[in-house]
Order: sequence, then C-alpha cells, then structure tokens
Amino acid sequence: MKQHSLALKLSAGFGFVFLYAPIIALIIYSFNESKLVTVWGGWSLKWYAELFRNEQIMSAAWVSLKIAFISATLAAILGTLAGFVLSRMRRFRGKTMMAGWVTAPLVMPEVITGLSLLLLFVAMENMFGWPAGRGTTTIVIAHTTFCLAYVAVVVQSRLASMDETLEEAAMDLGAKPVSLFFLITLPMISPAILSGWLLSFTLSLDDLVIASFVSGPGNSTLPMVIFSKVRLGVTPEINALATLMILVVSVAVIAAIVIMRRQNRFQKP
Amino acid sequence: MSVSSGSPIITSQTLPTWRQKEAEPFVRIEQINKQFGDFTAVNDVSLDIYKNELFCLLGGSGSGKSTLLRMLAGFESPTSGRIIIDGVDMSHVPPWERPVNMMFQSYALFPHLSVEANVAFGLKREGLPNHEVKKRVAEMLDMVQLGHLARRKPHMLSGGQRQRVALARSLVKQPKLLLLDEPLGALDKKLREETQFELMRIQEELGITFVVVTHDQEEAMTLATRIGVMNNGVIVQTAEPHEVYEYPNNRFVAEFIGNVNIFDGTVVTDERDSATIHCADTDSLIYVDHGISCAPNQGVSVAIRPEKMRISREAPTEINNHVSGVISEVAYMGSQSIFKVRLPSGKEIRVTQPNAQRDTGDRLTWDDKVHLSWDADSSVVLTS
Repeated sequence: MKQHSLALKLSAGFGFVFLYAPIIALIIYSFNESKLVTVWGGWSLKWYAELFRNEQIMSAAWVSLKIAFISATLAAILGTLAGFVLSRMRRFRGKTMMAGWVTAPLVMPEVITGLSLLLLFVAMENMFGWPAGRGTTTIVIAHTTFCLAYVAVVVQSRLASMDETLEEAAMDLGAKPVSLFFLITLPMISPAILSGWLLSFTLSLDDLVIASFVSGPGNSTLPMVIFSKVRLGVTPEINALATLMILVVSVAVIAAIVIMRRQNRFQKP
Repeated sequence: MSVSSGSPIITSQTLPTWRQKEAEPFVRIEQINKQFGDFTAVNDVSLDIYKNELFCLLGGSGSGKSTLLRMLAGFESPTSGRIIIDGVDMSHVPPWERPVNMMFQSYALFPHLSVEANVAFGLKREGLPNHEVKKRVAEMLDMVQLGHLARRKPHMLSGGQRQRVALARSLVKQPKLLLLDEPLGALDKKLREETQFELMRIQEELGITFVVVTHDQEEAMTLATRIGVMNNGVIVQTAEPHEVYEYPNNRFVAEFIGNVNIFDGTVVTDERDSATIHCADTDSLIYVDHGISCAPNQGVSVAIRPEKMRISREAPTEINNHVSGVISEVAYMGSQSIFKVRLPSGKEIRVTQPNAQRDTGDRLTWDDKVHLSWDADSSVVLTS
C-alpha cells in the first residue's frame, strides 16, 4: 500500500469536514434536551418522542412515503422500457436526440419542471377534467416524470454492457422472445432496475420544489412541511425528523451502490 | 478419420460420404448472399455438408465465416439464397425453432444460473417433464466430466470448465447440427490440444454433424473431415485437410495454410503428363509431372512447401528443379531446422529440414552457399 502524503490526507480530511460537519452537528443536536436549538442541554430522546406525537408531521411523512413508493415503482417500469428502447433500437436518424430528450429532466432546473407540469395539469383539468384538482396523483405523476430519466440511464448502461450473445444463446436453445425477456434479460438487468428504484425513491422523498408546484391543499409532503415549519423558526423536533430522513436516504443510496457493485463483480468473471 | 488418397482401390463402402456421387447432403447452402448496407459479407456461397461430418470453415477475420455460421443458426437472415437442413428449408425459420444449436465463442453461459440450470435451459423450453430433464442433464454433465460441479455458478469455473459447460448445453438437446464458433479460441495451448481430441471423440460418439468456424489452420487440419477456406465472403476451396495442404487450388489457399515458397513464371511447354515453366528466380526450368492445360506463355505461380525442398552444399545432378543461394538465417528448433536462403535475385526462400541425425559438426550455417532442389511431384502450379 502506498503511503499517502500529509497534504493529501489533510485535504481529504478538510473536504470531509466541509461536507459532513453540518450534518453531524444536526444529528448531535437532534438528541439535545434543551428547547432552544442552539443551546446544549444534555442528551435526550425527548424530541423523537415529540415528533411521533406530531400528527401534522406524521401524516406528511405518510404522504411522502406513499408518493415515493408509487412513483419509484412507476418510474422503474417506464424507465426500464425507455432504457430498452435506447439501447436496443438500431441506429436511426434522431436516435441521439431521443436519448437527449429522455435524459433532459436530469439537468432541467426543478423550477421549470415544476412550473411546466403545473401548467400542463391545469390545462388538462380544463380540457378533460382530469386530474381533478392537485394532490397526491399530480405529485406522483410529476415525480415519475423526472425519476424515469434516472432509471432509463441506469438500465440503458446495464443493457449496453450486457453480452448480447446471452440472448442469442437463449433463442438458440429454444426461448421465444417473451420467455427470453423474463428468463434471461430481466434477471440480468434486475439489479439495475432495483438500484434505479431506490434512487427514484430517495429523489421523490427529497423533492421540495416540484412538489410545491403541483401539490394541492391537504397533500403536503414531508419536505414541504419541514420547509414551512423552518420559516417560523427551527425547533429541535425538526432536527430529529431530519436525522431520520438522512438515515432512510443513506440506507437507500448505500443499498443501491452495493447492488450495482455486486452485479458488476458477478457479471464479469 | 483416415483417408489415404494414395491407396489404389477405394470401394464405395469405405468412401466418405462427401466423395460418393449419389450421397444426399444433410445441409445445403444454396447461393447464399448476405449484405450489410454496401458491404457484402457473404457472396454467393453454395456448400453441401453431409451427415456426421465435422466441417471447418476456415478464414481470417472479415472473411464471412462467422456470418455464414450465424445464418445457419438463424441470427441473420440471408439477403438471398436458401439454407436447407435435413430436407427442410430453414431460410425463414426463427432460431428458436431450428434443430440447430450453437456453441458461442464467448460461451455465453447464463451468469445467474447454475451449471445444471444452464444445461437444463434448452430442455425446459421443450416442455419435457422434470425427471426427464434431470436425467438428461446429469448424463450430459457426466459426459463432459462436470457432474461434481453441477451446482456452481459459471463465474466459479475455470475457462476449460466453462467451455465444457457450453458444449454440454449445446449438445443436450441433441441437435441435428451443432455449430461451434471458435470453440477452442479462449483456451491455452495444452488444453486446446486435449479438447480437440475430446471434441472429435464426442462427435463420433453422438453422430451429430458439426460445423466449426475457426481462424486457426492447425485446429482446422486436426479436427475437420473437410475444410472450406473462406476469403472475402467467398469459399475459395472445399476439400479434405491433406488436399487443402498438398493441392491448394489457388494462391490464397496456398499462402493461408502453412508456409509456402512461390515462384512466378511463364509456361514453356505444356503436355498431357508434364510441363516446364520458366522462372526468373531459378537457375533452371521448373519441371512438373502433370499437365497444366493452359495457353502457352501463360503466367503461373509455382508453390513449393518448405519441407519438400532439399538443401545441400553440393550442386544437384538433375537438369531441372534447382536453385542456388546463400543462407541468410538459421533457426534451430530441435526436431527440425528452418533455413532462409537468399537467391541472387534477392528473393528469400524458406526451407525446413528434419534433424534426423545428431549434430555431425558439419552443420549448415549463415553465409553458406547452398543448392536447393525438389522433385517434380512436389510443386503445385497455381493459375489463379
């Protein structure tokens, strides 16, 4: 193992402190006994208990999880189809442009995505009366739209690195296209789909901007509730909530990374 | 398969199928063309392959051999022409309905399935009952000596073991025709030799017709009953291995298979049972013991294999078929030595000599002036 120089170690250390010091401070303060956020009053789980008694936050959390689950699932299905099209269609005029269109939501400013979706939903409601008003449905549609792009990219790159002779071998051994898909292709890309699902889940859980545009009364997601509460002043309760969210998101992201890693090692003997 | 072309009487009983005039071919490839855009990968190929043959398609990369194989498997459809297997026109039958299986160069083992499940995959698609599948998979794995590894995943196997799983998987459905794409390409030299004989044993045991694609001429020579040499999408020669080596029908085949010295010249005399050729590089006329049947003064090439030339310090007594030069390179290989001899014209000739005697202390060496000679029946005259 090569010895790292002191400068390298220092800069790495500085970088990590810069990135994670605020989060660590937040986690520590979530166990604060004191009612004042900035004053340390000893260790306590008081604010966690308080949090679970707060009905507004609990119902917002439930809405958020529900939306995240449904939109991640829809995005996984639609994104897989999109990824398939992108990697398997033979070259045709405009293929690159189509690939660009699918991935554009990744770089689109959220304000624009949110605003344009809001306009679309209002126009649709005026024209055919669906979706009636704004609420869970519209948030799910909006989240599916931008999560789909992530899944499509992950699935496409998995398909691109997959040995195409595997599919030929399956056909050669008598598998018709449908059984070929379910017996060979799907198991091969399922880790990519799963990690795409986990990413979508966390993206949906984290989103504030788009949700604020397309949600309706009584359907506030957790980030929206937090944001409105913070504007009135930070309470230790929010610290506790944030800590829990960090936990959920980290678990999902780490799981996604582990799954991708394992499949890479396993596919390339 | 031992076929001696020199034996005077061959009855039709002992004659291999492809030499019997009335034999019905098992696979007929009729005027197949395959075009990718402007590029012609396979150009008007017709070929008959007989039952129980181990036919090798031999050629360099881009010669069209793999495309031809993929058309037999059904992964590519021919632009024009027909493929008939066992009397049925297969041109528009999808791969999953063909009585053909393929062993892929990359083996293409399903990484998420165990060895057992890989081999069982094809049988399950046929809807065979479970116990029947189990029985046949076990038999097949025993045949390739992998019974003890049935539950392993492919990534836990060595290269040679994977190759045998791939073979078992392609044989278990008992196809009428087995296609093998560079079957030994990924193995190291020692394993290759063992596996060659293994393949030949299995082929004889099961009586399945094999078509092997390879770029390795040695592999083709040892494995094949017949070889089809391909170049630029065309089959240039179809013949038994020894014929391809000893009687190549054109310059490409002569140069592609083994080493060869080629002299360009013009025909001086051409009779029914002999011909003489004048060549600027040689000291004498080249005399061959067969007629060429061509126009007088036609330009031809004379091909002579390095091992069919004699090398000596003394001048030969014959009038024809010799040339002299200076040794420019010597390579001692143990069982044989390779000499490169530079002719006065600047041309380099390759000669190999078996080291039949132990070193006598009078070995030929660099800068020795030597005479090369050969027999009238050693050379091949090529008109194309």
